[in-house]
Amino acid sequence: MSDLLRLSASEIAAQVSRGGLRASAVIEAALARIAEVDPQVHAFLSLRAEPARRRAEEIDQRVRSGARVGSLAGVPVAVKDNLCDQDGSATCASRILERFRPSYSATALRRVEAEDAIVIGKTNLDEFAMGSSNENSAFGPTHNPWDLDRVPGGSSGGSAAAVAAGEAVLSLGSDTGGSVRQPAAFCGLVALKPQYGHLSRHGLVAFASSLDQIGPMARSARDCALLFNAVAGHDPRDATSLSRDPRIELAQLETLPDDLRLGVPRAWLGEGLDPEIRSAFEATCARFEACGAHLVDLELPDPRHAISTYYILANAEASSNLARFDGVRYGHRAEGVHDLHAMYERSRGEGFGPEVKRRILMGTFVLSSGYYEAFYAKAQAARRLLRRAFDQALETVHAILIPTAPTAAFRLGEKSGDPLAMYLSDIYTITSNLVGHPAVSFPAGATQEGLPIGMQLCGRAGDERTLLALVQAHEGRHDGVGAARSAASPVTGLLGRGPAGEGWR
Amino acid sequence: MSRESSQANRSREAQQEAEQTAARLAVALSSWEAVIGLEVHAQLRTRTKLFCACSTAFGAEPNSQVCPVCLGHPGVLPVPNREAVVLAVRMGLATGCAVRERSIWARKNYFYPDLPKNYQITQFDRPICEHGEVRFAVAAGPRSARLRRIHLEEDAGKSKHPEKAGETLSRIDLNRCGTPLIEIVSEPDLRGPEEAYAYLAALKEILEHTGVCDGNMEEGSLRCDANVSVRRRGETALGTRTELKNLNSFRFVEKAIIYEILRQIARLETGGTIEQETLLWEPALGRTRTMRSKEDAHDYRYFPEPDLPPLIVSPDWIAEIALALPELPEAKRARLRRAYGLGEGEVEILVRQPEVCDYFEQVVAGGGDSRLASVWVLTELVGHLNRLGRQITDSPVPVPEMVALLQRLAAGKLTGKLAKMALEEMVDTGSTAELVIQAHGWEVVSDDRAILQFIDAVIASNPAGVAEYRAGKDSNFRWLVGQVMKLSRGQVDPRRTEELLRQALADPDA
Ligand SMILES: [Zn+2]
Repeated sequence: MSDLLRLSASEIAAQVSRGGLRASAVIEAALARIAEVDPQVHAFLSLRAEPARRRAEEIDQRVRSGARVGSLAGVPVAVKDNLCDQDGSATCASRILERFRPSYSATALRRVEAEDAIVIGKTNLDEFAMGSSNENSAFGPTHNPWDLDRVPGGSSGGSAAAVAAGEAVLSLGSDTGGSVRQPAAFCGLVALKPQYGHLSRHGLVAFASSLDQIGPMARSARDCALLFNAVAGHDPRDATSLSRDPRIELAQLETLPDDLRLGVPRAWLGEGLDPEIRSAFEATCARFEACGAHLVDLELPDPRHAISTYYILANAEASSNLARFDGVRYGHRAEGVHDLHAMYERSRGEGFGPEVKRRILMGTFVLSSGYYEAFYAKAQAARRLLRRAFDQALETVHAILIPTAPTAAFRLGEKSGDPLAMYLSDIYTITSNLVGHPAVSFPAGATQEGLPIGMQLCGRAGDERTLLALVQAHEGRHDGVGAARSAASPVTGLLGRGPAGEGWR
Repeated sequence: MSRESSQANRSREAQQEAEQTAARLAVALSSWEAVIGLEVHAQLRTRTKLFCACSTAFGAEPNSQVCPVCLGHPGVLPVPNREAVVLAVRMGLATGCAVRERSIWARKNYFYPDLPKNYQITQFDRPICEHGEVRFAVAAGPRSARLRRIHLEEDAGKSKHPEKAGETLSRIDLNRCGTPLIEIVSEPDLRGPEEAYAYLAALKEILEHTGVCDGNMEEGSLRCDANVSVRRRGETALGTRTELKNLNSFRFVEKAIIYEILRQIARLETGGTIEQETLLWEPALGRTRTMRSKEDAHDYRYFPEPDLPPLIVSPDWIAEIALALPELPEAKRARLRRAYGLGEGEVEILVRQPEVCDYFEQVVAGGGDSRLASVWVLTELVGHLNRLGRQITDSPVPVPEMVALLQRLAAGKLTGKLAKMALEEMVDTGSTAELVIQAHGWEVVSDDRAILQFIDAVIASNPAGVAEYRAGKDSNFRWLVGQVMKLSRGQVDPRRTEELLRQALADPDA
């Protein structure tokens, strides 16, 4: 693997804009790395090799002519394949959209390109972002670069694996219930679920509209902030996007709030939490204390209520959002049918995978007349209570510290037969989506087997800055996945020496 | 039999049938009462659709006014049209509704090929307007119906099923998809077809008058469904209702309701019961057929639209919309009668033609006499404009010139005949009243000496006629007045001329 790919995004952009590094060289290195490892990792569903090369040449040309280039000049970015790309696809890892060609590009995609980042390909995911392991992809699972027998997490597993394997330097995922944070934890990355409304959802194929947020994934807090700044901000095409400017001054990442207080919901750290994760959590707490943080015990609502609330609301919205995939105007249409209902049933029956069908059925059920009050209306009330409880807790602390997931990356097939066990892997991440506030996952050590462990900070409304500043402070006291890098697993073989560049801690 | 006479026969038969139906209805309604509520969909007069920037123009090439948003492509999001909200609030204010400051968009879920998202964005339990009232009049006197609600929603597309080579094809046009509508739901306050008809007419008039909707039923801008039930007179509980759809003209509304009332009464009188169902009116056959029974009713799975925040209409915004609300037809009628002493016919013309009314009122405000103005604007000027095919907003005679003309007329400086000639020339040349009158020397002669010169000349040159008058032939007087007018080319003040002529004829020395 080329050392170029060990550079941080900010360093690549700085060197490319100064002319010290050619964007073309970075892109060639990334494409070579993809050719080398992606047959095993399967992070990508499609590549944009030629357009990426042309973009790189065009950026180099502009640098030579002395023109200004963007803040992500020449940085290879992988994009989850549920973001519309008018030059490519938006398969959502589903048969039903396999041959669909979007007629426009997502705002987030246009914004990274406006900063001269280079989209090199579209990444694998759980079908329609429904899942926590990437095993629900209609086009085969993605493998965790740290251990190819393990899942990369989900649903943004492809975006996480691409960056972890050095195939891209940054990536965009989407997070409805933890879908950038849990894969970031499984793959040793920093990933931010922004405040709901800080990133335009325009062009993100909706799973659950009131919970979906696009999230940046990177190897460091600083790179994560850089990508966030490129894509965040109001978009007139999204009525739920907020009007305030959420971008972060990078210099502000160096300072922590005075009288820093972090909340720890001890009651959440019980049943189901892997002991290795628990001890990594305690170590993380100690490091933050060393940074000057005061840790405060918090009472928060039982996260199992959040799971029930989430699966009612998310599936209700999904059942309606996915109704448009009917074979009438685009996407898969069953052949040999001659009446309307057969066309609907067979097109959808053939097009959707089992998890998607399960969720559409659940969502349809909870909205049905006679059940709406018992399920949907109750879940909405629970969501309001949860938000109030979180806001109250966050009046006394700057952020809440919890693990990202109860375990490290599990084996492929380990939970795929047990949807409930799979749903529980989102137990720590779901609440932030229901509440709407930002949350970040960051690397905090490794298991004995050398698998990355991720910790999570959940912040106040609209305050991504404090979260990323905390992650950066943590990076100063810990080298992230640490020992895992030298472990003699197939992972290190795949990663060569391990991506130990500046931005990789 | 010739074609004409067969047509005449048919229309005579239709006439007889209508009379028979009316008689049957009158008998039936002597012991039964009809209870009717109307749901009216009105297309808002916005340039663009409710959630995207596509045009709402009628009659374009199929699927030429579409974009990813109204096609329901993956990843698109709705962004509400501010103008549509203004029009919905305007209609709410015009019908005395309470406007909800925070209303909620909802999704109505059902699969249909001309509904691209397979859900419709509408409003459900928290609509933008509620609790209004519409006043109208029937032969027996004034009536009113309460409005339950007015809510905003998007329209669906159109499906067509043309036959080709023995096969039925399915064609979808999505131009109309996403067009903004308001649904206006009345309480079941209407007591028969006449009230339903008059209510609908009043509603249409308000919609048109406020510029909310163009009221065009042929193009589908205004669509009506009716909920109909009957009960024995004196009963207070409501009977089982049926919903009538496809009532695409005023006549259909009336006919379908009459048909349905008679059907329900006949069923109940023979011991039957009414099924709660949705019926489709078939105009060609003059009857309804079942479209959906209660068992087949959709479960629309309404829930709040998560892609849209609550629709906030601030009190300031409501006040701003209220300020811009034009005067409503009923209030305008009363005011025109009171302020200008106009008759029913003139009031109707002015209410129906707001631009003519504006012109008229400006003329009066500018100093024109209201009685004169009603004749000269409504008859004379409008007549000329019709001849030229022009609108009054584009009148070649501006308001101040009309005022100038009418003031001369009122002051007796111009005869009616001269004023007509002057107006015609003003319309044709765009010239001013003063210039036209001066150019022709049409100023009325009211100076006694000048009039007497004409009178003396007429008496001198018509000795026989004068002698006959003096001998008692009164009818010669009008003829002599005519001679003076003729000699003066119509310029003498007619009233003064008559006075002076009588005096002159009475003077034997003349
Ligand atoms: Zn459109």
